[in-house]
Amino acid sequence: MSGAEFVPLSLTPLLIGSFAAMACALPGNFLVLRRQALIGDAISHVVLPGIVVAFLLTGMVATWPMMLGAGGAALIAVLLIEAVRRIGRIEPGAAMGVVFTTMFAGGVLLLELSDTSSVHLDVEHALYGNLESLIWLDAFGWHSLFEAEALRGVPPELWRMAAVLVAVIGFIALFWRALAISSFDEGFARTLGLRTGALGGALVAVSAIAAVAAFDAVGSIIVIAMFICPPAAARMMTNQLGRQVAWSMVFAVTSAVLGYVFAGYGPLWLGFDNSVSAAGMIAVVSGIILALAALFGPHRARRGAPLAG
Amino acid sequence: MTQNDIPSMAQRSDIATAALAIRGMTVSYGEKPAVFSVDLTVPRGAMMAIIGPNGAGKSTLLKAALGVVPTLSGEAYVFGKPLAQMRARIAYVPQRASVDWDFPARVIDVVAMGLYRELGLLGRMTGAHRARAAESLARVGMSDFAHRQIGQLSGGQQQRVFLARALAQEADLYLLDEPFAGVDAATEKAIIAVLQALKDQGKTVVAVHHDLATVKDYFDHVFLINKSRIAEGPVEAAFTPDNLQKAYGGRLVTAQLDPASQITPVVPPRKDLASGLAPKGSGTVGGAG
Amino acid sequence: MTELFAALSLQMGYNATLVAVGAALLGAAAGVTGTFLFLRKRALVSDAISHATLPGVGIAFMVMVALGGEGRSLIGLMTGSAISAVLGLLCVGWLTRHTRLSEDASIGAVLSVFFGFGVVLLTVIQTMSAGRQAGLESFLLGATAGMLRSEAVVIALGGSLAVVLVVLLRRPMTLAAFDPEYTAGAGWPLARIDFAMMGLVTAVTVVGLKIVGLILIVALLIIPPVAARFWSARSGHVAALAGLIGGISGFVGAAISASAPSLPTGPIIVLVGSAIFVVSLLVAPERGVLATLVRRQRFHRAVHLRQGLLSLANGQPIYEPLTRRLLQREGLLRGDGVPTAAGSKAASEMGRDEQRWQILRADPALESAAAQYDGLTDVGAVLTPDQIAAIDAKLPRATPEVMP
Repeated sequence: MSGAEFVPLSLTPLLIGSFAAMACALPGNFLVLRRQALIGDAISHVVLPGIVVAFLLTGMVATWPMMLGAGGAALIAVLLIEAVRRIGRIEPGAAMGVVFTTMFAGGVLLLELSDTSSVHLDVEHALYGNLESLIWLDAFGWHSLFEAEALRGVPPELWRMAAVLVAVIGFIALFWRALAISSFDEGFARTLGLRTGALGGALVAVSAIAAVAAFDAVGSIIVIAMFICPPAAARMMTNQLGRQVAWSMVFAVTSAVLGYVFAGYGPLWLGFDNSVSAAGMIAVVSGIILALAALFGPHRARRGAPLAG
Repeated sequence: MTQNDIPSMAQRSDIATAALAIRGMTVSYGEKPAVFSVDLTVPRGAMMAIIGPNGAGKSTLLKAALGVVPTLSGEAYVFGKPLAQMRARIAYVPQRASVDWDFPARVIDVVAMGLYRELGLLGRMTGAHRARAAESLARVGMSDFAHRQIGQLSGGQQQRVFLARALAQEADLYLLDEPFAGVDAATEKAIIAVLQALKDQGKTVVAVHHDLATVKDYFDHVFLINKSRIAEGPVEAAFTPDNLQKAYGGRLVTAQLDPASQITPVVPPRKDLASGLAPKGSGTVGGAG
Repeated sequence: MTELFAALSLQMGYNATLVAVGAALLGAAAGVTGTFLFLRKRALVSDAISHATLPGVGIAFMVMVALGGEGRSLIGLMTGSAISAVLGLLCVGWLTRHTRLSEDASIGAVLSVFFGFGVVLLTVIQTMSAGRQAGLESFLLGATAGMLRSEAVVIALGGSLAVVLVVLLRRPMTLAAFDPEYTAGAGWPLARIDFAMMGLVTAVTVVGLKIVGLILIVALLIIPPVAARFWSARSGHVAALAGLIGGISGFVGAAISASAPSLPTGPIIVLVGSAIFVVSLLVAPERGVLATLVRRQRFHRAVHLRQGLLSLANGQPIYEPLTRRLLQREGLLRGDGVPTAAGSKAASEMGRDEQRWQILRADPALESAAAQYDGLTDVGAVLTPDQIAAIDAKLPRATPEVMP
């Protein structure tokens, strides 16, 4: 494929998809290890009510209000889950289920009750995203990467996603040691003076930021899949945290790239003439990677761990 | 003397001279006190066992003193200062069962966690740090396992790794939660040798312990607890049938104090009233010990 | 408003009535089934099951079209969704058992991958000539407007079937949920009971697809039992109450939706259940938030008062500011930290109670009473007056005076 075709049509969606996948998979590693994998699921459901409320308050479909709304909704959801869990003494899974279904239902209803027909805001867009549309029409080839004029036409999602990815990497790098200790042995971490509650909260907040940014670009399916599948597959490749995170990055990018390519060209190879959902296909590829790791990964099984107690 | 001109806690001589002083500590799970108004004083250089029946609040007291679980009232002082200022001088060995041993880490990685307070968030591990981690591992006889995944260890080996992590902290006060629970005889011997060596260096050791038969052999001080303090002091003074009776209730037979006997007292498990509905094994959190 | 009233009183026409009854039955079955899941701490397995239905819906549609049909047969779509839900469930089980992944990670992986695959299939279907009017999107959020008579009948029958299954399976499922170890030990086939329970969850999910939609059906399995749990601690009562709450949610939600056809049914049903949950969370006696806060406050007070009085009894200073404040407010302590007359009396009583406990706990004959010691209980609450008199005989003659 020539640069003249690749750069405007495929480069930006590939980059945005890869950035989104990495931004979610990175905190996902710790969420999976802390048995909080489904927080990602909960967050991605409550993003919808967040952006709907933001839209109703501001009356416009603008990025920042919606990101704030979605982030706020994620925060409220996490606080509510904790409240239901502690005050009601309800197990975390059920507490999560109550909160995110309620908020999602509220979001859908608000969306249907309010007049959003004039704007591009609907449940399906929230679920699938629209990676395919994030193209760079001002580019005419690789040389456009060096032209200020053309670069101004890059979809803003790319810059946003890149910024969020950098922020996520910064957070994980800064708190790497603290996250590892408190994920493995929270009691010990507290005796070191680590504020484990705040750290756990920060991890969820960073996950929410990644989810909101990725959701805006690629929809909530990729978000859930990327939080869980690459880290889960990576866990079965190695027994060291650093290597696990590295593997998860490889798997995240592989899923994003292959998923996008299969969605765009797979049907053509099979003789159909329409492409399929890239977001869905990225989730499917991440699932295939997970299946392969579960079948052949060198460290796929629990081994030699005597039952504690 | 009125209450208003009493010396502050930290100025009191009994607190200033103690390695660990707990005053008026109450902890509850839900609306049941797990530990009620406990005072505990560990002299410097002591090797103290905290004993009491299941559910008496032994582990809870330790965790509360370290700020691992929230307290309703009470303070803990370490070498005369509030706990928060003295964390660098404490090493804590939690119950083995309290962590997920499937975590992706090698033995040496876990031991290196003991260096956190020195390294901070971003500090670089130097050769000296690595040497110290390796030496701590050698002291518990686990050098050969440095690169093993922690999930592949036996219970006794896991316990030794936890102890090595505490050694790497180079603390002055060591607090251990059931260090001998479910470990093999060789490990028990190795652990007690390490603890005794610490004591010989002038360090203070406090361990939650459940085997009454070994108290006299292993420890020089003892603290008996059942929700509230029953007795504390040197083993000869406090480890008496009378006090054990108070702590353990009627079932305790004096024969069990005989070091030759390996029987531990059988105390009927108390019905957990709080979790009427929850399935088995899901009772109050951390209530054991 | 009148339309809503008409719907609630089943006067909206035959279809709407069938749907409302079906939704009520479905809600009841989901509430009871969900109780067992909840007690097994596996509530979110239902999330994986429901998301895993989507590829089945898509494939069933394509197969039916390929066979020359229209592709919209509800029974056909339900069959397809059930098959893929079971596949998803098997994947969760396999990943949890044969790899080192925990159940929550397995659930998350399966739900996102199956759902993603379903979305891929939906985009394929949209490009098929028959696909544009397929309306498969309605399975995401549920829609009862414009439902065919035959579909309404299927839903009413499906709801009834689910209720019948729940009634048949309730005993083994109660056992398995309440005490799995005992159940297995007593010779019950635990694995098969679990499988039956998951089958029931699948059935509820599949029947609920058209009404509630696959994203929110999980709410019908989780919210009623959680709400019911606030009102009772007995599993039988919780199950019955959850059934009732689920039934009310389904019925009222479907009725509201019938009177406002433009709104998706699923979210309304869920929000009715959520409203019941919020009320339960706040006002339920014992476990509700208000009751818990009041009780906790009282408990904290009791702890501090007793600790303070014991300190006074032992002539020790009181360091906790809160304890001193409480004692002062009760008129037991003066501003300068000296106990009042009432305070001295209360303290010496407290001191005597503690002494009684000391004697009680040293007495092997009173072991069962001693086991009730928690620091806070008065001796009077665990012994008869005669026993207390016997203990008092062993007390040192003079109870120590409180020295101010």
